[in-house]
Amino acid sequence: MGKFRQLKYLMKKISIFITLFIVFSHSILLAYSSDPAEFVNELVTEAISKLSDKNLNKEEKSSFIEKVAKENVDINALGLYTLGELRKTSDETIIGQYQRSFEKYFLKSLTSRLSDYSSSKFEVVGYDKKSSNYTIVNSQIIPGDGSPKIKIDWRIYTKNPDVPLIRDLIVEGLSLARTQKEEFASILNSNNNDIKILISKLEEFLKK
Amino acid sequence: MHILKSLKLIIYVFAIISLLTSNSKSTEECFEGTSRAIFKFNLAIDNIILEPIAKGYSKLPDPIKTGTGNFTSNISVLLSIPNNLLQGDFKKLGHSIGSFAINSTVGILGFLNPAEKIGLSPSKEDVGQTLGTYGFGPGCYLVLPILGPSTARDTLGILADTYIDPFAHVTLREKEIFSTSGNALDYYSVKATGVVDFRADNIKNFESLEKNSIDLYSSYKSIYLQDRENKISNSVNEQDEWGSLDN
Repeated sequence: MGKFRQLKYLMKKISIFITLFIVFSHSILLAYSSDPAEFVNELVTEAISKLSDKNLNKEEKSSFIEKVAKENVDINALGLYTLGELRKTSDETIIGQYQRSFEKYFLKSLTSRLSDYSSSKFEVVGYDKKSSNYTIVNSQIIPGDGSPKIKIDWRIYTKNPDVPLIRDLIVEGLSLARTQKEEFASILNSNNNDIKILISKLEEFLKK
Repeated sequence: MHILKSLKLIIYVFAIISLLTSNSKSTEECFEGTSRAIFKFNLAIDNIILEPIAKGYSKLPDPIKTGTGNFTSNISVLLSIPNNLLQGDFKKLGHSIGSFAINSTVGILGFLNPAEKIGLSPSKEDVGQTLGTYGFGPGCYLVLPILGPSTARDTLGILADTYIDPFAHVTLREKEIFSTSGNALDYYSVKATGVVDFRADNIKNFESLEKNSIDLYSSYKSIYLQDRENKISNSVNEQDEWGSLDN
């Protein structure tokens, strides 16, 4: 009886170990390289493969984009950046509320932009380490339809070198973060810098 | 005719005064309410006229679209040549002259782009950019009817472009250069074709921007100003404010 219990206990340990191993190894498989250029290359290559997979429906593609964005884009910092100087003077509760709305807004607009993705070739062409916190990775997209190459620079936040995060995309010299920030600044300026109005505009967008 | 001259003079004076306010930030508006109204008008024109034409144009066979794009780009190099000279950028001047000469001859009036294959890549330069390289700030931001986003400096630049652009000289002013002549219709036809070609190339981008913006006017403004900054500096400007965001 004692031996049976010991065996049962051992089996349970093995089972837990196997479960943890599977979960851990799966997460290793999902994680991208910590080298900024490799990180971008691996992430985009996987995204292109998923988005051009005809076996996946729109919902599956959207949930993939959301998952990848939540894990690899510094949405929190992007939200604060787009708020401009107001992030330093505003109440933490309202900032938190804004951050939640911003994340939903960001993910919705991102999935909307990428849902109509058409097959393209992607390549990393170089990188520039700006500081210990930032590396700019230069890449280009070669559209499958023969239209001109599109230059994309990625601002990668590397404060934690093991977990690089995307903070901005600069498409043909146009920063998406700056465009977003200036759009929000205009709304804030014409509404007495009231973040609540900006939140309500974001919520309106989410309802569309 | 007298009214037209007076109007031109008023615009010049306005633009020059705006330029003198060199401390004004690029994001400042000249008259935001009016600009927003003009922006709405332009969007309506785009929806009713330009977008349907661009959609039709985009269905043409690729060689026709590429050839048309090459043709209008080649003509626009003519404006770059005096601006390369005014900016003292002789390397780019060489690229512009070489590209125009090769594409206009070997490239069959510019419909083909053999110059690109031998490494000649002229960048588009205008008087607004030239003034920018001289250190003139953009002045305030405004939206022009039909022409779209602009700044005080770039508005002055648009007017000046018609005086130094050899193509405008031959067509708009009906002067003869190297036995070549034309008329205003030629000028506006080429410009309009260039606009349609650009609009057709960016149908999805415009749709995405419209769909995902919560203030479309500001998105266009930001994109326009960033693009002009990059064109003037001939590089991508870094966003320093990220440095202070360390969380």
